Amino acid sequence: MQQRPALTEIDINRDLLRPILATPMWFYGLLMFLGIFVAAALGAFAWAINHGTGVYGLNRPVMWGFLLVNFVFWVGISHAGVMLSAILRLCNAEWRRPATRAAEVLTVFALGTAALHPLFHLGRPWRIYWSMPPGYDFGRGIWPDIRSPFVWDPTAISTYLTSTALFVGLLLLPDIAVLRDRSSGMMQRVYSMLSLGWRGNTRQWKLQVIAGFLLSALILPVFVSVHSIVSWDFAVQIAVEGWNATIFAPYFVIGAVHSGVAGVISILALLRWMFKWENYIRDDHFDALARLMIVVAVGWFYFFIIEFMMGFYPNEEPELSLRALQLTEWPFNAAFILFALTSFFIPVPLWLFRKVRRNVALMFWTTILVNIGMWLERFLIIIPSLMRKQVLTFNWGSYNPSPIELILVGGSFAMVFTGVLTFAKFFPIIPLSDAKEGEIMATEIRVGKVMVPAAYREE
Amino acid sequence: MAGRSILGLFKEVDEAVEAADKLKENGIDDFEVLTGSPYPEGAFGEKVSNHRLYVWPLVGAALGFSIAILVTAGTQLAYPVVTGGKPILALPPMFIIAYEGTMLGAILSTIIGVIFESRLPKAKLGLYDTRITEGYIGLSVVVPDGNTDRVDALFKAANAADVKLEPVSA
Repeated sequence: MQQRPALTEIDINRDLLRPILATPMWFYGLLMFLGIFVAAALGAFAWAINHGTGVYGLNRPVMWGFLLVNFVFWVGISHAGVMLSAILRLCNAEWRRPATRAAEVLTVFALGTAALHPLFHLGRPWRIYWSMPPGYDFGRGIWPDIRSPFVWDPTAISTYLTSTALFVGLLLLPDIAVLRDRSSGMMQRVYSMLSLGWRGNTRQWKLQVIAGFLLSALILPVFVSVHSIVSWDFAVQIAVEGWNATIFAPYFVIGAVHSGVAGVISILALLRWMFKWENYIRDDHFDALARLMIVVAVGWFYFFIIEFMMGFYPNEEPELSLRALQLTEWPFNAAFILFALTSFFIPVPLWLFRKVRRNVALMFWTTILVNIGMWLERFLIIIPSLMRKQVLTFNWGSYNPSPIELILVGGSFAMVFTGVLTFAKFFPIIPLSDAKEGEIMATEIRVGKVMVPAAYREE
Repeated sequence: MAGRSILGLFKEVDEAVEAADKLKENGIDDFEVLTGSPYPEGAFGEKVSNHRLYVWPLVGAALGFSIAILVTAGTQLAYPVVTGGKPILALPPMFIIAYEGTMLGAILSTIIGVIFESRLPKAKLGLYDTRITEGYIGLSVVVPDGNTDRVDALFKAANAADVKLEPVSA
């Protein structure tokens, strides 16, 4: 049975605003620690700009390396955020309340970090404006070819990033008003400005609730389209045997959900530990998310098997040589085994046990395993496919990531985590209004001799 | 006619409902309920005003679709290079960008619509109390100058925790 402590609005304000109004010292220490990695990544990027893309380990035929593996990984992580929040909102799932904003914020920072990777990869970030309508290079007659997926991709990602950031901002308004009422000095003036004069009248609340549903319904199709389009960066290229598959779009979408929901669970566990939010991020939330993960993981595994088996089915030499590389040659065989174990065979059987689902530490580590596996999945899709891109063996090549690429990949994790933590320093990462609404609508009903927690729902 | 804004603060929902009922019994239907969390619609017997939010995404989607088609068709016609034997105006890729443009237009206009329909942004907060975001329920009403005592007494009779007054320009 769910344990549901009764909380007043004052309790909720005090607990959920603690990281903002009474930030613990360790928080700044952690930010500084992460800042070292972010600075290292920025330094590596500056080095790459100064010395050219020759500092990366890229060479014919592997011209897409760790940076694009990481790009796909972060786009994937970004997906579950809004997917989770939107689906749970639309389904009126009561247990969504603590998870929605953390999921949305993870989406914003993961997607923002993902969007940096093509800039890292291209090495000439000042020319990115060539791919955007206001920056078309009219003077030199350079126009983007909209028949290329490299134009679809930035279009989709910028749509998703803009939508998600504004969605988070809009639903933050009531919580910023709480901060306005609880802060002083300059921060009070900043929060006053950001709250846009929110008073909390019936009309404003009604529109907030409708906006939550309406925007969820609008963002969900964008979420599906974005990872489909990212998959088409690969799938429409007939020259690369391992990529040219019609199943890539749904396979990428469900893979993104798999890694993204795992990312949200990891973040929730960290938030619960860091800010002692046991009353808000409860064991039954992890239980529900783990059940969702089982369904998603099994769906993803089905797509993985189909994609893998269909590669063998035509019995064509280029595809067989790719699969042989993935399964039998070092270090790809080790990466493949690790990928299969961490993304599916270790976590999913564990999640079948209720004790594991309700154990925060185990949920944290199993979801970290999933994301190790999902990073390796992207690695195994991109690198070996390019190594075996050519039919003739003398054109086969290899790839060794350079230290600069490794620093950028490591730094990207610090960037995302720094972004989420910085957000949590200035804004509530668990929505106060949602938590308060949950308390208003919560009740207990008697069934026979026991009292059962229940929640009202407005139709 | 000059009027004054008066705000009653109530600790319990039932007290606020009682005060709202008394306001209506005294012919004051137009009052504003201020809360720190979303209550079910009509919980205090307040008037529920209409909105046109559902029009905003439709208008935005049409605008986004039109701009996307203009940009995709325009760039292809302006730089007519045949790629991979595909027609200059290739519909599948145009559809992809038009889809994203449509959704972006719908989402942006919905967000603008929510802000506009919520009557935001407002430079001044008006008569307000920070206890509202702590769980108190505020009933705010603008009454003619002579009637403030009557509303004040009415709020106090309903066990208001506090009553605040503010001059309102005509």
